[in-house]
Amino acid sequence: MSSKTTIYGIFDDEEILLSSVKEIRAKEIEIKEVYSPFPVHGLDKALGLKETRMAITAFIYGCIGISLAALMIYNIMIVDWPQNIGGKPNFSFYHNVPSFVPILFECTVLFAAHLMSITYLIRCGLYPGGKSDSPDVRTTDDKFLMEIEIEGDVSSVKDILKQTGASEINEKQA
Amino acid sequence: MHKESEIRDPLILGNKTYHDISRDISRPVEGKANKYWWILFSLSAALMLWGFACMAYTIGTGIGAWGLNKTVNWAWDITNFVWWIGIGHAGTLISAVLLLFRQKWRMSINRSAEAMTIFGVAQAALFPLIHMGRPWLAYYVFPIPNQFGSLWVNFNSPLLWDVFAISTYFSVSVVFWYIGLIPDFAMIRDRMSSKVAPMKKQLYSLLSFGWSGKAKHWQRFEEVSLVLAGLATPLVFSVHSIVSMDFATSVIPGWHTTIFPPYFVLGALFSGFAMVETLLIIMRKVVSLESYITIKHIEYMNVIILLTGSLVGTAYITELFMSWYSGVEFEQYAFLNRATGPYWWAYAIMMTCNVLTPQLYWIGAIRKSFVWTFVLSIFVNIGMWFERFVIIVTSLHRDYLPSAWTMFSPSFIDIGIFLGTIGFFFTLFLLYSRTFPVIAQAELKTILKSSGSEYKNKK
Repeated sequence: MSSKTTIYGIFDDEEILLSSVKEIRAKEIEIKEVYSPFPVHGLDKALGLKETRMAITAFIYGCIGISLAALMIYNIMIVDWPQNIGGKPNFSFYHNVPSFVPILFECTVLFAAHLMSITYLIRCGLYPGGKSDSPDVRTTDDKFLMEIEIEGDVSSVKDILKQTGASEINEKQA
Repeated sequence: MHKESEIRDPLILGNKTYHDISRDISRPVEGKANKYWWILFSLSAALMLWGFACMAYTIGTGIGAWGLNKTVNWAWDITNFVWWIGIGHAGTLISAVLLLFRQKWRMSINRSAEAMTIFGVAQAALFPLIHMGRPWLAYYVFPIPNQFGSLWVNFNSPLLWDVFAISTYFSVSVVFWYIGLIPDFAMIRDRMSSKVAPMKKQLYSLLSFGWSGKAKHWQRFEEVSLVLAGLATPLVFSVHSIVSMDFATSVIPGWHTTIFPPYFVLGALFSGFAMVETLLIIMRKVVSLESYITIKHIEYMNVIILLTGSLVGTAYITELFMSWYSGVEFEQYAFLNRATGPYWWAYAIMMTCNVLTPQLYWIGAIRKSFVWTFVLSIFVNIGMWFERFVIIVTSLHRDYLPSAWTMFSPSFIDIGIFLGTIGFFFTLFLLYSRTFPVIAQAELKTILKSSGSEYKNKK
């Protein structure tokens, strides 16, 4: 029998939550998760979350987009079927690239935006029909929930939560 | 925490709490539609069906059903196309450009403005599709390997740039919109009881992708929103620049000008903001969101209309000056003919609605009035439609051979299709206003403490 207990501290206000998170982490108690109805500024730093790399993925996807677009245009316009349009023959990519810029740009944006969004959904485990694992439905409305998993003595953690301003404390035996 | 100067007016009126925001924004989704909604919906749906019938007739009989002739071979179709695309631009400006500039007033209006973008671009996309005559061959515009002996698209052509620009713009706008919608759908899902409305609950569970609001997810959400805004900003400017190049790269006097890209982008923002105002002034009443869409929001938009309207006026005058200064007779005639030729009345409507009426916004009482704003926004919508009509039809109707000079008159099919797209647009918007969270509530909650009237008074 494991004696793991999950404690849910519910807060009414994001500023109280933020100071509580800081105090609890200062006491070296591990916070498992925080659920909130909107992004709370500074919460990621207070929880010690690493910086997200979503922007880097967008850059990489954008590079892939522009490369594939250049490859496509090169193959179609220069290699497969070069034409002389308006006295401007398509014999080299370099000389014709100015008129390819709009599509190179659009493809960069297309790839960066879509692939980043898909990466975001996958990394967050979001998909049509997915189930929310929030322990309390009020966390999408106006409550902030802190989840702490602890072995052994529960009361000390509960006391800290109460002292730091939690409006409601629940627990669940694992 | 956000800090804001106390002298700024509140953006959220009435002493709202977080829970009040959730309740107010879910109300249209949870409640029943009122009488006005049904009246507007029936009218729009009837117009839409009439438009569909006209489109079906066009596809069945051919483009000859329109009022086009050999001289004026592009008219209402492209006018409507550019008009609708332009309307779409304000949505992206509000949601992306104002996000980059950290303008908090965008938060009450960005969701609806983006909906307008998506529905507007969808209307625009219909026109090239039906103008193809055989819309089932629409895939010809994409570079797809085929069996017709390497029949490729031409990457030098602005018309192909348009295909890429508009497909990218439409799909990226949808994604940007949906990423923001996920937490708001989750809020609606969590408010619904599976006993009272099991179908609705299931629908919103499906739409919300299992969102639960974890700290890490919010961190990613914010970065994804920021990067999408950063991508959408140059995208929106590129789209209307490319639309303008459909004209600017041709050799028709009146079209062949380098001022077109900035002039079209500004005109698009100008008309788009007017349409946002038309829609929001109605919507705030119909779905009772007066506390969130305030006169302050309308005033900020009016300032942008005043700015873009003045710039559009400057562009008109620059065009006139350049045609005289160029010394090219054809160019000079094209502009003289616009102002004094048989289509002088279209030019006069354009000048009055786009250059003169926005100048009324210098007067504070007009800028801060819902009634005035509503009336003037309709003027701008009409004026911007006529701008495109003037550019397209009056440039074409006097072509190179005087024997070919003629006039354009729309057939009832032309009119039917245009009215049909207006009906289709409003049908989509009305359905949206009853099923979607019409305000980005999660974002709005982040500014309640800095911009809510109650919190402002406490300070």
